[in-house]
Amino acid sequence: MIEQVLHTLPQVLIDGLALGAVYAIVALGYTMVYGILELINFAHGEIFMTGAFVGTAILLTFSGLGWITSMPAIITLVLVLIVTSVLTGLLGMGIERVAYRPLRNAPKLITLITAIGISFLLQDLVRFITELKNGNYILTGPNLFNKQIGIEASSILSVFNDASVKSSFFIVLGVAIVMMITLDFFVNRTKWGMAMRAVAQDRETAALMTVNVNKVIALTFFIGSALGGATGVLFAVQYGTIDPYIGFILGLKAFTAAVLGGIGNIRGAMFGGILIGLLEMFAAANLPIVSHGVLGAEYKDVFAFAILIIVLIFKPEGLFGKVTVEKV
Amino acid sequence: MVFKKTFSILATATLAVGLLAGCSGGNKDQNASNGGSGGSSGSNVIKIATQTPLSGGSATLGESIKLGAQLALEEQQANFEKLGFKLELVPYDDQGDPKKGVANAQLIGADKQIFGVVGHLNSGVAIPSSEIYEKYSIPMVSPANTATDVTDRGLKTVNRICARDDFQGPAGAKFAIEKLGAKKIFIIQDKTAYGSGLAEAFKKGAEDLGAQVVGFEGITVGEKDFNGVLNQVLAKKPDLVYFGGLYTEGGQLIKQARDKGITVPIMGGDGLDSSTLVQIAGDAVKNVYMTSAAGLTTATDAGKQFAEKYKQKFGKDIESYSAYGYDSMGVLLKGIENAIKENGNKLPSRQQVAEGVRKVQEYEGVVTKVSFDEKGDNKYAKIYIYKFDEAKYPAKLEDEVSKQ
Repeated sequence: MIEQVLHTLPQVLIDGLALGAVYAIVALGYTMVYGILELINFAHGEIFMTGAFVGTAILLTFSGLGWITSMPAIITLVLVLIVTSVLTGLLGMGIERVAYRPLRNAPKLITLITAIGISFLLQDLVRFITELKNGNYILTGPNLFNKQIGIEASSILSVFNDASVKSSFFIVLGVAIVMMITLDFFVNRTKWGMAMRAVAQDRETAALMTVNVNKVIALTFFIGSALGGATGVLFAVQYGTIDPYIGFILGLKAFTAAVLGGIGNIRGAMFGGILIGLLEMFAAANLPIVSHGVLGAEYKDVFAFAILIIVLIFKPEGLFGKVTVEKV
Repeated sequence: MVFKKTFSILATATLAVGLLAGCSGGNKDQNASNGGSGGSSGSNVIKIATQTPLSGGSATLGESIKLGAQLALEEQQANFEKLGFKLELVPYDDQGDPKKGVANAQLIGADKQIFGVVGHLNSGVAIPSSEIYEKYSIPMVSPANTATDVTDRGLKTVNRICARDDFQGPAGAKFAIEKLGAKKIFIIQDKTAYGSGLAEAFKKGAEDLGAQVVGFEGITVGEKDFNGVLNQVLAKKPDLVYFGGLYTEGGQLIKQARDKGITVPIMGGDGLDSSTLVQIAGDAVKNVYMTSAAGLTTATDAGKQFAEKYKQKFGKDIESYSAYGYDSMGVLLKGIENAIKENGNKLPSRQQVAEGVRKVQEYEGVVTKVSFDEKGDNKYAKIYIYKFDEAKYPAKLEDEVSKQ
């Protein structure tokens, strides 16, 4: 039994990492907004989805103009990532300005419902535009990184089977890591990051210390949404096909990851995302083997969420959450 | 304040009464006009209704059924003229919505001159609507409803000329094992009523034929990453993968499977039958098989002629169900003709027509031969197997499997 699990382990780890990296960056958006406003921004999954659509639309325009073949794929990707993240960042800021700021002093539940409303609005808006342009709301983008790379895991340890990786995996993982490190640096080492942490700790006191609270909150939404949108592009590159409903399930899991890592904690969100991705992939590949066929792969989510419940029973503040320390 | 409130209540009440009055007035008018038309055109008019989605997402398919039915009706008009009857087509738009379908069915039931219905496109609409048809004894001939429940309820008026869902799985299994030589099969399903039903039926069919099912796993609709399940497939090394589900997940699954180097044939049901599947999977769609209840109309000479006539008349190419609309209408009219003859060339009752339609045997249509069994299923219904040889839709017809 263990041998069977080991056979597929390298491949499972690779696939789990790719999925986990996506969860991790989306989880960052949840955790940042929660840390600063104590608002669960349910529209974040939809911002991720909008990012995927904007990115694919840009890629399709590029390929229509014939630029994709003439430019190295990596430059195209970086270009698309920057444009998309600026656009979704502005979208996130706009949502905060229009929908959340007027309700900042309203009961928490009201803002939460507004967030759910925004997410429906974005879903149907994107579906409407896509149907108008494409005639069908399922969109398939051009393939940028399609090379298959074989990893001879069997040469490391003979029980391993060889694994194969799409080249997009490295791109996704690489970009995700760069984004996470930059964010971590920004929050912990810069003036604006310090302002963000200050607002997260105590909004009124921060305002007294001449921190412009509105600006800081807007910036938080910009960064969170920009990261979400960029992840949407990575998702579209990795999986090829997108529809307006991808944000829902993924957003839910990313939110879970944020809770698992300790909501409000940036490193916790990264770790939680990767952990959920790995657990899910591991469960999908190995549950039938481990349970002797009693539980099928369809129970992977049950497995991942059971782990979440167990963690929360023993550590209600999440893996990395500390009860009083910094939240951003 | 109190005065104000009373006033507003009064105003609301007036408005409500006014609205109701308007409604009832409209109804009266409608009844009157219905009665009027009935009186003026005499009792020798036979109307046939079609109920298909003419607006919304599946309007293309719905309209093609209507046009096919219209063609058949117009061809039979002269024949019925000789018998002393005038044929008329009344198209209804069910919008692919059960509520709308039932509302239309009530209207159809109320129109005494309607003697039959060709429809629907969606099983989900056909099932509740046919309860109403049964109440009014209006025979329905369905061109496209494959759900088992359509005929399994034992209604006297419900008939279909296409195959049943529970035949699709075994037919696919038969082809996979006998023609593709599959011995170890891995089955993936999407946990929906359609997907898991199809996968179960396939599994049973495959095991009966002696193949080994090495895995039976589920995925979640709406997800995009199926690598976990595919890693299992990779470990089990099957020689065929069967997928019970729709094209959105199917396309993604096919693509990721090929990326992982799973090159064995992948097979699915009619849920994969969409041009979007090819769009999603791209080149990966090669070596994918699918079963469908819709045959390739242009495979026979009669079908080719039909396609030409259709194109000439409506200026459009046929869709997969056009000819099924045509044949449904043909069968229905055949049944009505028999009922008229049995009734001594006088206008039969709806019950007699329903019995007449059910008794139709050995009717030669352009895509399928029709003989109804006691449940209203077509004994000659076939399952067609298609294969994608290149990233192009529609796929190539590979084989057909019939029940007998």
